[in-house]
Amino acid sequence: MTFDSNQPILTRAGILLGFRMVMPALPGVVVFAAAFGAAASAKGLTLLEAALMSALVFAGMSQMVALEAWPHGGAAWTWAAVAGLAVLTAVVNSRMVLQGASLHPWLSAHGNGLNALQLCLLTDANWLVGARYHADGGRDLGVLIGAGLALWVMWILFTIPGHLVGALVSDPKRFALDLVMPIFFAALLVPLWRGRRAAVPWVVAGLVALVVSHLLPGHVFIMAGAIAGMVTAALMPEEGA
Amino acid sequence: MSELVASLTTPGVVVAILAMALATYLCRVSGYFAMNLIPFTPRLRRALAALPGSIIAATVLPLVERLGLAAGIALAAALGAMLIRRNEIFALVVGLTVAVAARAWGL
Repeated sequence: MTFDSNQPILTRAGILLGFRMVMPALPGVVVFAAAFGAAASAKGLTLLEAALMSALVFAGMSQMVALEAWPHGGAAWTWAAVAGLAVLTAVVNSRMVLQGASLHPWLSAHGNGLNALQLCLLTDANWLVGARYHADGGRDLGVLIGAGLALWVMWILFTIPGHLVGALVSDPKRFALDLVMPIFFAALLVPLWRGRRAAVPWVVAGLVALVVSHLLPGHVFIMAGAIAGMVTAALMPEEGA
Repeated sequence: MSELVASLTTPGVVVAILAMALATYLCRVSGYFAMNLIPFTPRLRRALAALPGSIIAATVLPLVERLGLAAGIALAAALGAMLIRRNEIFALVVGLTVAVAARAWGL
């Protein structure tokens, strides 16, 4: 057993280091948050609702996807609609399961209670910062928490101006605000690119979603496509095998 | 008071947001706690690695079909912009500008 394997470390210096390490991600977070605010306003969410969703859900991609599946205008809220959104959100955020699992060797030095609390802040960017920091030999949990806190505050803060600007525009379509979500999503594919082979599941996901969108009502197609992509990736042989 | 609350939000929306928050929280903690019990196989790892791109493709492709030619051109422009300069702001501005222009042209 190495000397550092089970020493829980959590310091204020670590939290500040987390702030600093996550800085490069902040411009992207600001834009994403503002884009979400504008898209939420185009879908008829009030400012309070948009800010509340950012504060409590704090997962941009799932918030955007939920807007796409949001009941139209005056449509009555049913338990089925709520359950559908919850399942869709869980599918979109299921990557967090892997991210959380990958942090296990580091986090297990701390108590389950602290982990249940600090994992509220787990998101793509602080996971990335934390994973790099840990790979470089760092062990201070404050880095993960500090980076997560910075992201959380920025995410809420910049949802607000996005919503206010979006609400000013009387005809969202004319200024293409209805396209903010799809354009932002499509742009995200570029940094996710890991070669043609890794993109095969994406193509399958897109095509399955396209077909399902013609066969089934609602937004089942997002889940159908996402699951088809995962199954494809699981069935593909190991690279080089 | 109830009128003020009604102007700010509706109960259904709050319930939906709480349900989304709970679903997300379970995703955040379940991986860590599952690792106390089960190992992640390479197969499961690959499936989860393919998920973000799959979600994007599954969301965007049917949407583009629904929204029409202008949306498709705008998305292609944004992708091109992102390839040239890896900057989300730049890609978003290019995409929206192209969309507004394409719609003004009546596409």
